[in-house]
Amino acid sequence: MNSIRFLFDKNTWQEIFGSIGKNKTRTIITVIGVLWGIFIYITLAGAAKGMDNGFEKNFESVAKNSIWAWSQSTSMPYAGFKTGRTLRLKVQDATILKNRIPEIQYIAPVNTKGAFGGASALTIRGIKSNSYAVYGYFPEIAKIATQKIYDNGRFINDEDIAQARKVCVIGDRTQQELFDEDEDPIGGYIRVENIYFQVVGVHKFTQTTPFGTDGDIFIPFTTFKKLYNTGEDAQFFTIAAYDDADVVQVEKDIKAVLKSIHKVHPEDERAFGAFNLGEIFNKIIGFANGITFLSLIVGVATILAGVIGIGNILLISVKERTKELGIRRALGATPREVRSLIILESVFLTMIAGIVGIILGAGVLSVINSLTKDINFPYTNPTVPIPYVLGALALMVILGTLIGSIPAQRAVSIKPIDALREE
Amino acid sequence: MIEIKDLHKSYKMGSNTLHVLKGINFSVEEGELVAIMGSSGSGKSTLLNILGMLDVADSGEYTLDGVPIKNLNETKAANYRNKFLGFVFQSFNLINYKSALENVALPLYYQRVPRKERQERALKYLEQVGLKEWATHLPSELSGGQNQRVAIARAMASEPKVLLADEPTGALDSTTSYEVMDLIQKINDQGNTILVVTHEDDIAHMCKRIVYLKDGVIVEDKKVKQVRASKYV
Repeated sequence: MNSIRFLFDKNTWQEIFGSIGKNKTRTIITVIGVLWGIFIYITLAGAAKGMDNGFEKNFESVAKNSIWAWSQSTSMPYAGFKTGRTLRLKVQDATILKNRIPEIQYIAPVNTKGAFGGASALTIRGIKSNSYAVYGYFPEIAKIATQKIYDNGRFINDEDIAQARKVCVIGDRTQQELFDEDEDPIGGYIRVENIYFQVVGVHKFTQTTPFGTDGDIFIPFTTFKKLYNTGEDAQFFTIAAYDDADVVQVEKDIKAVLKSIHKVHPEDERAFGAFNLGEIFNKIIGFANGITFLSLIVGVATILAGVIGIGNILLISVKERTKELGIRRALGATPREVRSLIILESVFLTMIAGIVGIILGAGVLSVINSLTKDINFPYTNPTVPIPYVLGALALMVILGTLIGSIPAQRAVSIKPIDALREE
Repeated sequence: MIEIKDLHKSYKMGSNTLHVLKGINFSVEEGELVAIMGSSGSGKSTLLNILGMLDVADSGEYTLDGVPIKNLNETKAANYRNKFLGFVFQSFNLINYKSALENVALPLYYQRVPRKERQERALKYLEQVGLKEWATHLPSELSGGQNQRVAIARAMASEPKVLLADEPTGALDSTTSYEVMDLIQKINDQGNTILVVTHEDDIAHMCKRIVYLKDGVIVEDKKVKQVRASKYV
């Protein structure tokens, strides 16, 4: 009760402000130590968070557990087949995979023309023409890799698949090259490989898959099958696992199932290829977490060093002020009051330094944010979570008290009579 | 006001023991102005420190205004010092970053006097020592005599039972010394009890009673006819 009263006593603070204000150089030097510490901490933690957010943003339009799987050719003889047999994924493989592997949320077979080399599809509209890659897509694709479709348009839907409609979704660039600027492409017709397709949507290209350009034309998978006579073949599967699935294991399972369907030696590593975005994403998240952790360690260590600096300077200052403290005690200051004065000075300086450091750190973070806004760098909205800031402040108060109690104890351990003799 | 019975004090200096006070018996009535004289090493400062509760005696009794002073811990001593005693030192002992007014107000701060009242009282005492116009000045901007007067104002501000002055004129020239003694005499005229440690004869004779200390014992204790310092000012 008494100490609470002491803490909120205006007179106490007037004494502390007096003592701090009259020793300006000492105060400034003391403050800089901790200020630097908390500044480093806030800047590092915020930058790490910004990087984290940047990665998140880069991956926000794709299922983080997505895998692309394709077939290659065997490298081992098995079940009477020779080595070097070319494998073809079948559309029904997708159903088998989905049934056998419960971790798979979505799976969609894809066929392409001209996406990975080879001739792309000649596309004509009136007197304008160009060649573009054509993708045969299922609507599920949009759930695995988000497709941004401009207003008025839509993506391929189930009806398109069922009826093998001749509709297409074109890219920004395709629109620019085939349509006039003020023309609405939706509902317009383009001629792909001499077949008329109605444009139902325009997609804004984002790098959500390991392939693709802003000129790609998407058509229903079933339409593609008729157009190019692909039968039951599929060029690759786009797969999304559930969020909590172990993507490395899912990839292994997928390959194992495919090997058993296609009678491939279980140890044949070359028969099926896969690109595991989930695994890469996990590595990046791991890297970002590592950076966050490192920044936490460095920040806390720097704060610690700063607070120890305060303790050091207060220790010197107590030595310098031995006589002053002796006078105060001769005039009736109790050891408790002297101790509180020193500790409160320490805590107060630490807090001031901390708050200024936080403000400066926040300033630097916002400068970095505005500098990196327009360049392709994974850095978005660098923030330090409020609990971290409060935690840092609490840490500083605790450390300030602990470290301040050393010079405080030193100040009262010397007898007032000896303190008064000090010159 | 002050009662001392058979006071002993010795200091350990390595393996030797220095017996500084060897049984002091001594009492001071209210309103007295007592000079304690003696050559250096006679124990006069030690006696004053024990009276001021800055130091503790090995044995003996000490009663201040009817309160037995014993079993002192630092907190208790600090509270007694604050309540009962005012100090004036040879080297003034003002806090150098505080103005004259703030210095005078400091003992009142430790008495938990509210700030406004503190400043009013401090100003009143500064006025008594003739330094009202200098209230906002730092000790470094004041002369030695002025500093000592600020120190006296500070000692008086807490309205102590006893004013203890350790060589108050030791660092001052004789004119300034007489000014300070004049002030001390005036404070004594108002009924305050004052003890002055000095080794200067003329200063001692400005008190009403002189106690001579030699080798830790009182060798002489006499009442003298007070010489008014105002004659020399």
